[in-house]
Amino acid sequence: MVASVFGVLALQGSFAAHARILDGLGLSTLEVRTVEQLGSVDALVIPGGESTTMSMLLDRSGLIGPLTRRLCDGLPVLGTCAGLILLSTKILDGRSDQHALGLIDLDVRRNGYGTQVDSFETDIEIDGLDEPFHAVFIRAPVVETAGSGVEVLAKVDGNPVLCRQGPVMVAAFHPELSGDDRIHRLFVRNAAVGSSQPAICTRAVPPREI
Amino acid sequence: MADNTDRTEDSVRETGTPLVKRGLAEMLKGGVIMDVVDPDQARIAEDAGAVAVMALERVPADIRRDGGVARMSDPEMIVGIQAAVSIPVMAKARIGHFAEAQVLQSLGVDYIDESEVLTPADESHHIDKWAFTTPFVCGATNLGEALRRISEGACMIRSKGEAGTGNIVEAVRHLRSILGDIAKITTADPAELFDWAKNLQAPLPLVQEIHHRGTLPVPMFCAGGIATPADASLVMQLGAQSVFVGSGIFKSSQPAKMASAIVEAATNFEDPAIIAKVSTGLGAAMRGLEIGGLETKLAERGW
Repeated sequence: MVASVFGVLALQGSFAAHARILDGLGLSTLEVRTVEQLGSVDALVIPGGESTTMSMLLDRSGLIGPLTRRLCDGLPVLGTCAGLILLSTKILDGRSDQHALGLIDLDVRRNGYGTQVDSFETDIEIDGLDEPFHAVFIRAPVVETAGSGVEVLAKVDGNPVLCRQGPVMVAAFHPELSGDDRIHRLFVRNAAVGSSQPAICTRAVPPREI
Repeated sequence: MADNTDRTEDSVRETGTPLVKRGLAEMLKGGVIMDVVDPDQARIAEDAGAVAVMALERVPADIRRDGGVARMSDPEMIVGIQAAVSIPVMAKARIGHFAEAQVLQSLGVDYIDESEVLTPADESHHIDKWAFTTPFVCGATNLGEALRRISEGACMIRSKGEAGTGNIVEAVRHLRSILGDIAKITTADPAELFDWAKNLQAPLPLVQEIHHRGTLPVPMFCAGGIATPADASLVMQLGAQSVFVGSGIFKSSQPAKMASAIVEAATNFEDPAIIAKVSTGLGAAMRGLEIGGLETKLAERGW
């Protein structure tokens, strides 16, 4: 069964670029800023942007609890750059108050490649794609360690840059910027077939507010 | 487990490309970039949820009050601000002052603002921004100015507004002018684009690109006079994709509270109930100035 509504977390960042690609694939998309909107999506993209800002806005919008619950229940998700940081189990060089949702077993270092002058674009080989993908890295995080349950689909200089663990897919780069929809197609397929592997859920799930 | 290390090691890394430069602007959308003069203010900005900070010597309201030549910040202050926060750090250089911009690039700032808020260094020429790896943002009051800056290599355009006044009227005028002309060009007959380019004093290929895309080729943010959460909502509903707030935060009575309220307003700009909630109990916004009474209009700087 194909997930019917693809949400894009729209607190801040490159949400419009993701929505444009999903629209182009003929999918129904919804910008998610509230708990109600989260309730009506069948899959979610967490875009690039500033992970510290998004983390604070997850608290202030009240999304943090419901989002963590849905992700632990297996909501298919694609996180790019800041989205990868938010979904990982451990954040290095982050703020101490920033959320690591613990949905994919990665240790990531924020801005691990340096500042904007070190941001780069390069072609990468991706497991499952025939042709290289032109990847754009903007103040990107470096994945320093990937747990044994993580499937690494691409690497740059030995560091994983595209990973999957059950219903969770993450990229250190920005597939929403290259004008190439193949990563989004992989995500849609991942969301459609479902996963035999449940979501890992390493954080305490907040109780349901009634 | 896949391992593509061997195959990717040979591929070439390119830095400072238009895609990489515009890409960072894309990541700042829906956010608030805050003017700060020192590391303490930068921490307050990051704590409030700013997506970036802008380092400058004095906030525009103080530049207006005290006069004198306004220049790039002291490098020591910029390094201190970079050490204090994890979000991108931008810094201002004077119009045409490419040596200040070279210094800022060597310090590793994430974006350079070639800004009319500082005293211009060149009355005919802006910086050749293509020569830099660091991306640039430039102000504009109309579409012609925006396209001239893009043709010089700017990767983000912001309205100029009238900085340091806490008065949103000029930013609204600039946004409406730029976005109104984009709408007209989008629906114009292709034969009319030559005359548009002539009248805007802008390169024809950029005018033709707007005709095809219906938008600027780079992100369009708003700056100059934003002082409240409702101001942020107004300019984003008009079509700005993010906001710069200068004096509006640190000249208000409760900067930390005002800063986080404007951050929430930038995300929820279309939801009046949330704007009402975050606007409640903020204390006094900056006092503000009438445009008619100004001795210097900063927006007139730039060519």
